[in-house]
Amino acid sequence: MLSKSKIFFKGIVAVLPHMLSVIPFGIITGAIGVELGFDPILVYATSLIIFGGASQIIFMQLLSGGASSLVAITSVGVINSRHLLYGAVLSEYLEKLSFIKKLIISYFIVDQGFAESNKYIQQNKNLSNPHYYVLGTGVTLWFCWQLSTISGIILGSFIPEELGLKFAIPLTFLAIIVNDLRKLDHVFVMLVSGFASLILFDAPFKSYIILSPIIALIAAFIMLRLKK
Amino acid sequence: MTWFSIIISGIVTYFSRMAMVAIINREMLGTKVKEVLNYVPAAVFPAIIFPGVFFNDFGIIVEITDPKIYGAIVALVVGFYSRNVIATIISGLLSYWFIIFFLLK
Repeated sequence: MLSKSKIFFKGIVAVLPHMLSVIPFGIITGAIGVELGFDPILVYATSLIIFGGASQIIFMQLLSGGASSLVAITSVGVINSRHLLYGAVLSEYLEKLSFIKKLIISYFIVDQGFAESNKYIQQNKNLSNPHYYVLGTGVTLWFCWQLSTISGIILGSFIPEELGLKFAIPLTFLAIIVNDLRKLDHVFVMLVSGFASLILFDAPFKSYIILSPIIALIAAFIMLRLKK
Repeated sequence: MTWFSIIISGIVTYFSRMAMVAIINREMLGTKVKEVLNYVPAAVFPAIIFPGVFFNDFGIIVEITDPKIYGAIVALVVGFYSRNVIATIISGLLSYWFIIFFLLK
């Protein structure tokens, strides 16, 4: 029988390898925010209040490019809707928790933490306190994310514009999905989204950022239907 | 206005994390919806990648010889074989910098 603190600690250890990507990503997010011309306090506020790397970059990029608040907020919603999927899986393990504890633990549900928690809980089915593992991964990722975006904000003011650091944005997102390139169905959805974004780029209010994923998801839905 | 957008975005994001855990019952989400949600990353991120590579700062499509296209190809190949996030980003940036600072100077 593992104690609560041991399970929590195991969660911390499980996400440590992910720091190799989380920390540079956080630094890039902070630095890009400053480069796009946002007040450092605002850049940091996105890390604390939104707390979702990809969506923070897009949010700032859209607003600085003249998109309306509605488009920026909707984009954040679309990008972060993947958490619904994580929550749907985790809810089974968190069922016994009180409502308040569920509300607290929800804030710490992050991509890498979810991936590690799901793997561990699947392997240790009769764990009595699986939520300590989820918390261990989430809290660790939270601290590193906050510290690395702050470092990026500080470093950002020293990075010359000639470096074209903005190019790190598409590269970062490429790195996130590069593993899915091995799955043909995912590649198909990616191409639909990518070409849609090029065609719709001049649509008003930067709405391509919402329209393209919707078109790609409809394509995914049709593809799933045809498969059966 | 920016503060307002950040706070609303924060609420939306928190809701996406909390909804399934605290409010909605697992069974309320059909298997079809779950299957489609699997494709959210594949549907969302290319809409950021493609314009970032193929358009310049003024929203005009770049030439086929643009340094960004070479950088993206290098990152794609390195990422595909290394499966490493940092190697992908760094290789793309380094090849991009190599072209703009050495080859084009």
